[in-house]
Amino acid sequence: MVDLAVSAPIGRTLPWTAAVRRGGPRLWLGGAVVALLLLVALLAPLLAPHDPVEQDLLAAQMPPAWMHGGDVSFPLGTDSLGRCVLSRLIYSSRIAVSVAFIAASLAAAIGIALGLLAGSFGGWIDQLTSRLIDVWMAFPPILLSIVLAAVIGAGLTSVILAIVVVDWTRFARIIRAETMVQLQRDYATAARVIGMNRGQILRLEIVPNLVPLIVTLLAVEMGVAILVEVILSFVGISVAGDVPTWGGMIAEGRQIVYQSPWIMALAIGCVIVSVVGFNLLGDGLRAALDPVQRQ
Amino acid sequence: MTAVLSVQGLHVTIGQGTMAANVLRGVSLEVQPGEVRGLVGESGAGKSMLGRAVLGLLPANARIDSGTIEFEGRDFSGMPERERRGLLGRRIALIPQDPMTSLNPVKRVGAQIAMVLRHHLALSRRQALQRAAELLAEVAIRDPRRVLDLYPHEISGGMRQRVLIATAFACDPSLIIADEPTTALDVTVQRQVLQLVERLRQRHGAAILFVTHDLGVVAKLCRTVSVLHAGRVLEEGATAEVLTKPRHPYTRALLAATPRADRPADSLRPVPPELIESLWAEAHRIDRLAVAERA
Repeated sequence: MVDLAVSAPIGRTLPWTAAVRRGGPRLWLGGAVVALLLLVALLAPLLAPHDPVEQDLLAAQMPPAWMHGGDVSFPLGTDSLGRCVLSRLIYSSRIAVSVAFIAASLAAAIGIALGLLAGSFGGWIDQLTSRLIDVWMAFPPILLSIVLAAVIGAGLTSVILAIVVVDWTRFARIIRAETMVQLQRDYATAARVIGMNRGQILRLEIVPNLVPLIVTLLAVEMGVAILVEVILSFVGISVAGDVPTWGGMIAEGRQIVYQSPWIMALAIGCVIVSVVGFNLLGDGLRAALDPVQRQ
Repeated sequence: MTAVLSVQGLHVTIGQGTMAANVLRGVSLEVQPGEVRGLVGESGAGKSMLGRAVLGLLPANARIDSGTIEFEGRDFSGMPERERRGLLGRRIALIPQDPMTSLNPVKRVGAQIAMVLRHHLALSRRQALQRAAELLAEVAIRDPRRVLDLYPHEISGGMRQRVLIATAFACDPSLIIADEPTTALDVTVQRQVLQLVERLRQRHGAAILFVTHDLGVVAKLCRTVSVLHAGRVLEEGATAEVLTKPRHPYTRALLAATPRADRPADSLRPVPPELIESLWAEAHRIDRLAVAERA
């Protein structure tokens, strides 16, 4: 009566290598972009050839080094005030990265907590949370962020707050729905039958099943946060004016786009690469972590 | 000797007002220590509902109208939630119907068995895994140490059901409710699982309430049997007695409708419709009486 039907290969490969293989090129490409972004932000003072706010009006609007009239000491040229474009791009990544990580994590924390609460308690708690999300989502998010940033005032904190206040709903809505689905599953019932309370079931049975979803949402949300920060700084209600940001550079570059198009183009390029990088990473992580694809 | 489980006059309704459906109509049932009691009936007879009512797993829109459920002489249905959770999994366990969905897909087999042990017996992680390996060996799984490290999708359906059986017996409960544990399995695996349940019961000395629609399973495993129809117990007694000398016409009809190797296939008789009709007429008479009584 002993039978042994095991479909897994004998001698299981390291879970890490298996996960990376499942993630495919999206995972390592996205991971590389995000890692590079992080590294640049951390090492900005070492990497930047100039002080990002140092002006040199005699060397204003210089083209990148490889073009006619360029100078090797300004590899990507200078803007209308003679500030080094490369240094400004590098320092801008600090704002982008801080906003991406802090805002997305806070939005996730609030959204997940409320989503779990609504999804597991149901009843009036769910009604209240769901209506709150509905009302919240009815506002155009960018408009809400602009209003918030305008009311709270400029600064990194207010940018982060504006994003958190708007984007917790993304997490709450999806986590709520998924929690409800998971609680209907037989293993959730099985956990009740072994005498676990609601908190234990959520922590030990439901949340582990939500991890792939949360990781994916988080990575995508980081991309969204970068975008929102760019928009806010483009319209001039983000951090203080002298702190370099990609959005600010796009706004400044727009005014001299016919003379020096590269300033705007380079800043936009940075935004696109980082947002795509975060999305790729999210996609790759989902594939790597999803238990359904573990075969 | 106090009965392990004593259900008296249990009425359960699902839904409200005109949509209300009576699923149990005054069911009474006793399970003595160490007894294996079969609970047979066709689909919709209320046999699973009875199991769920005992475990406190009735759906949200179901309610117990009257009757008592006593576990080891204590009122189980009226017990405070916290106290009941202390008994579930430790003194009363469930072997669920579907082994494919009753295990958490993202947790290793070992962690899932260890969870019950750690929850009730305050074992350390290592102790619990050690005990889990012993339990797996008891349910005839070869190389239990390795199986502990596998995910549910990496083992066969029969093995998953054995893992669930091991989990049910983990804390040496005095009552196990087996909710059609063999229905989702191949006939060949069914037999092994039944033998296994019987062997573990003898070793651990638990009473079993075996919910099934299979009279063959009852004949093999159960000492006593209750025949359920439309939420009522029509006949009960020693299995040998009930199956060879059925007193109730419904039991007789049920036996005539069961295929047997020692009888030609064309001797099978469906349960006569007029018998079903008269049984339902009786059930509805009970409903009206119950309504009148409450009014």
